[in-house]
Amino acid sequence: MNIGWYLAVSALIFTIGAAGVMTRRNPLVVLLCLELMLNAANLALIAFSRMWGNSDGQIFAIIVMVVAACEVTVGLGVIVAMARRSVPIDVDELRELQG
Amino acid sequence: MSGLFFFVAALGAIAGAIGVVTLRNSFYAVLALVGHLLSLAALFLLLRAQFVAAAQVIVYAGAVMVLYVFVVSYVSEGPFQSTPGAVTGGARVLAYLFAACLAAELMVAMLGNGLEAINSKGAQYDPGFGNPAEIGKLLLTKFLFPFEVASFLLLIAAVGAVVLARRRGGGIDPTDRPVLSVMDMVRDERLGSMAESVHAQPAVGATAPAGLESGERPNEEGGW
Repeated sequence: MNIGWYLAVSALIFTIGAAGVMTRRNPLVVLLCLELMLNAANLALIAFSRMWGNSDGQIFAIIVMVVAACEVTVGLGVIVAMARRSVPIDVDELRELQG
Repeated sequence: MSGLFFFVAALGAIAGAIGVVTLRNSFYAVLALVGHLLSLAALFLLLRAQFVAAAQVIVYAGAVMVLYVFVVSYVSEGPFQSTPGAVTGGARVLAYLFAACLAAELMVAMLGNGLEAINSKGAQYDPGFGNPAEIGKLLLTKFLFPFEVASFLLLIAAVGAVVLARRRGGGIDPTDRPVLSVMDMVRDERLGSMAESVHAQPAVGATAPAGLESGERPNEEGGW
């Protein structure tokens, strides 16, 4: 398949993830949609890496995966802390960061 | 044949993404994301990125998603059973409009840019392209600094998650303290705890502050 097809799939997944971040109110699902957007970027990086026949883009994708794992860890830690303190798990209700 | 594989994997990836956004139960949303990640790994394989595909399946679909499942089951068991749904009304229309504009813009930027290589199957590549050996060599030579920074970032994230999600209040109620070993009966219950280290409560062997009964401890919020 041509590289353009992969880029089209990547753009679609990124758009779906962006729509989810804007429409969902559960912070867990918002984190999942952020994962979708990061994965779409990964797919584009690897498609361009294949386009040039150069492995540098794959290293970039691996680093993006590491950053995504860090973001998930901290985000889930915040959600667990919210559940412990009986704060409503709703993005619209959360207006302050004071612990 | 690779075209057939591409369409199956791409349809799976897009269907998984739509499932993540639309499914109301967040547990099913996590499962949809697992399917999405597996389809994406198949796409990576079609692009000759074997190592990234394997890492995607093992690290992402394996480890990170298990973390998600644990947190989903932990949170949904709490006092807040009602998980919030999607936004409604004008905000929803505006969000979908913005997403449609974003899709159009991305399509124009990626497919309408006139780059000739986008309409090709890709350049010639070495036989070792995307191999674990090649990726490892690059990570330890050309990209050593980003590699080390990434490992440091993972360490910081792990410590930060522990600090964020730890149990607040510091105090351990001596009545519901589990006895795990013989040493638990002998040593003081606050020995080595975070509350002792920051003097939130009287340390081992110290006298209780004035105004408190000996067995009564202030149940402080906020830890340190």
